[in-house]
Amino acid sequence: MSTEQIRKLAVLAAIWIVLLLAPYWMAPLGGYTDLATRVLVLGLAAMSLNFLLGFTGVLSFGHAAFFGLGAYGTGLMLKYLTHSTPLALIAGMLLGGVCGAILGTLIVRRRGVYFAMVTIAFGQVFYYIAFQWSSLTGGDDGLRGFSRQPVNFGLFKLDILSNSSQFYYFVLLCFALAVGAMGFILRSPFGRTMIAIRENERRSRFLGIPVERHIWISFALSCFFMAFAGALYALVNNFADPRGLHYSQSGDFVMMAVMGGMRNFWGPLLGAAVFVVVQDYLSSVTVNWMSFVGLLFVLVVLFFPRGLLGFLQRSKA
Amino acid sequence: MTLLLLFNITNGLIVGAFYVLMALGLSLILNLSNVINFAHGGFLVLGGYIAYAITPYVGFWGALLLAPPLTAVIGLIVERLLIRPLYGRDPLYGLLLTFGLAFMIEDGTRFIWGAQGKPVAIPAFLAQPLSSDLFFITWYRLFMVVVVIVAIALLFLLLRYTRLGIRIRAGTLDLETVAALGINVQKLRSLNFAVGIFLAGLSGVLAAGQLGLDPTMGTNLLMPSFIAIIVGGLGSLPGTLIGGLLIGVAAGLTSVFFPAASEAVMYIMMAVVLLARPRGLFGEEGIMS
Repeated sequence: MSTEQIRKLAVLAAIWIVLLLAPYWMAPLGGYTDLATRVLVLGLAAMSLNFLLGFTGVLSFGHAAFFGLGAYGTGLMLKYLTHSTPLALIAGMLLGGVCGAILGTLIVRRRGVYFAMVTIAFGQVFYYIAFQWSSLTGGDDGLRGFSRQPVNFGLFKLDILSNSSQFYYFVLLCFALAVGAMGFILRSPFGRTMIAIRENERRSRFLGIPVERHIWISFALSCFFMAFAGALYALVNNFADPRGLHYSQSGDFVMMAVMGGMRNFWGPLLGAAVFVVVQDYLSSVTVNWMSFVGLLFVLVVLFFPRGLLGFLQRSKA
Repeated sequence: MTLLLLFNITNGLIVGAFYVLMALGLSLILNLSNVINFAHGGFLVLGGYIAYAITPYVGFWGALLLAPPLTAVIGLIVERLLIRPLYGRDPLYGLLLTFGLAFMIEDGTRFIWGAQGKPVAIPAFLAQPLSSDLFFITWYRLFMVVVVIVAIALLFLLLRYTRLGIRIRAGTLDLETVAALGINVQKLRSLNFAVGIFLAGLSGVLAAGQLGLDPTMGTNLLMPSFIAIIVGGLGSLPGTLIGGLLIGVAAGLTSVFFPAASEAVMYIMMAVVLLARPRGLFGEEGIMS
């Protein structure tokens, strides 16, 4: 093995050890396990967005819609149809993913700013549906009246409802599955093609790659992952919020990806961690936290456009 | 029924006029600078609050004249300090920066003027209805529409006949060639940005007189303006104009029959346009597709 490969493996091992031990080191540092769970879920969402943004080079500014759809799908399933948490998760993922795949066919031919605008506007459609259809979704108050149910694995049972560290490990398992799938896709020939499109769309087209179809598949996959994250988020809160579909939530996700480093697979997770902790802290010390979050956006764009990881790698090189 | 319909059509046209003012400014900036200005709603609110702050000293008419240029000056400063470093970079950064800026403006206005809505006094004669039959059309509404029409006419004259306007239009089509011809593109973009923000400020003042002011009103107008641009077609200002009026009237009419869908109908129109004519009603193929 080359030193580069060893270094990569070591980094990967370190990431997983940190994640696996989170319930143990969060508390002494002044955090709490639920915060770690939230970081994990929002990190997964940011990584799903980055699957499209960082690796296909397509900016969707309406991805929160699919995140929110995943949350509502899971919440409605648990409230009305089933007491099985995994089934509800799958339902949420399918709802958001299928909506994304259908929408994708409408918009794949747009590029750049135009694509961003169209995704924002379509994302708002789902926001208004969640907001207006109050008999089903609870409207402005959000969807309440459901809770995550203990998961039975046959041999043992995870009490994810009342034991927060067992819930953390359940979420970590889901996270690992999704991230593993993402990594697998990115390593496959299809993933390489996505990167080729990002680097030079015209050349890829000349090579005979069906660019539109690839972008559509990448968009749809990213929506499925996003909806899965949203489904988990509904379990975290036992609640689905219409504001989870709003474009300002999409902006937060894009920010997480950019702040961590878009060109790095793990960057968005780091970005999510920083973003969640900073927002948590700011909203506890000042009522004007919105101004400071806004300021953070401005500063990151002006001074750290490559994100934390990009910054570190660059100063090392 | 006719009266109700008439009421909602007029209402739709007036709301549409606001969309158009907002969307034209957004469109100008988008076309030349390739920046989606998320803070456009913020500038609208700023315009309104500036008018509110100076009305006691200069009166309504003074505020109407002064607030838009003052907003444009703030826009110029913002462009110089924050937006200019982003030209030529991925559009993502402009989006994120103005998104953060919108947060700051909304929270800032709330901090300074409070979350409660503020009324802006309009001259008494403007508050009167035109006649007792058409009770819903106040002089102010008519006045608003006239101001919007004049502003739009001036904008199109500016773009059609002045050197600045011709350069802006040329820059929209091919900025590189414009730069190669020795025109200062930085300055052109600054002025263009200022014109866009001026329009936002103007709609802020007008909206303040009609609806009163609150820090979130700009955000609510942002999405319809986006849709107006998409429906009309990117890169086409007349398209934006028609798009804004269309969705305004459509939303107004829908609110008669099915109020809950008045917001949704705009999005449906957008989806139909994207399906049937992806470039938008008046968009040119190839520009920013």
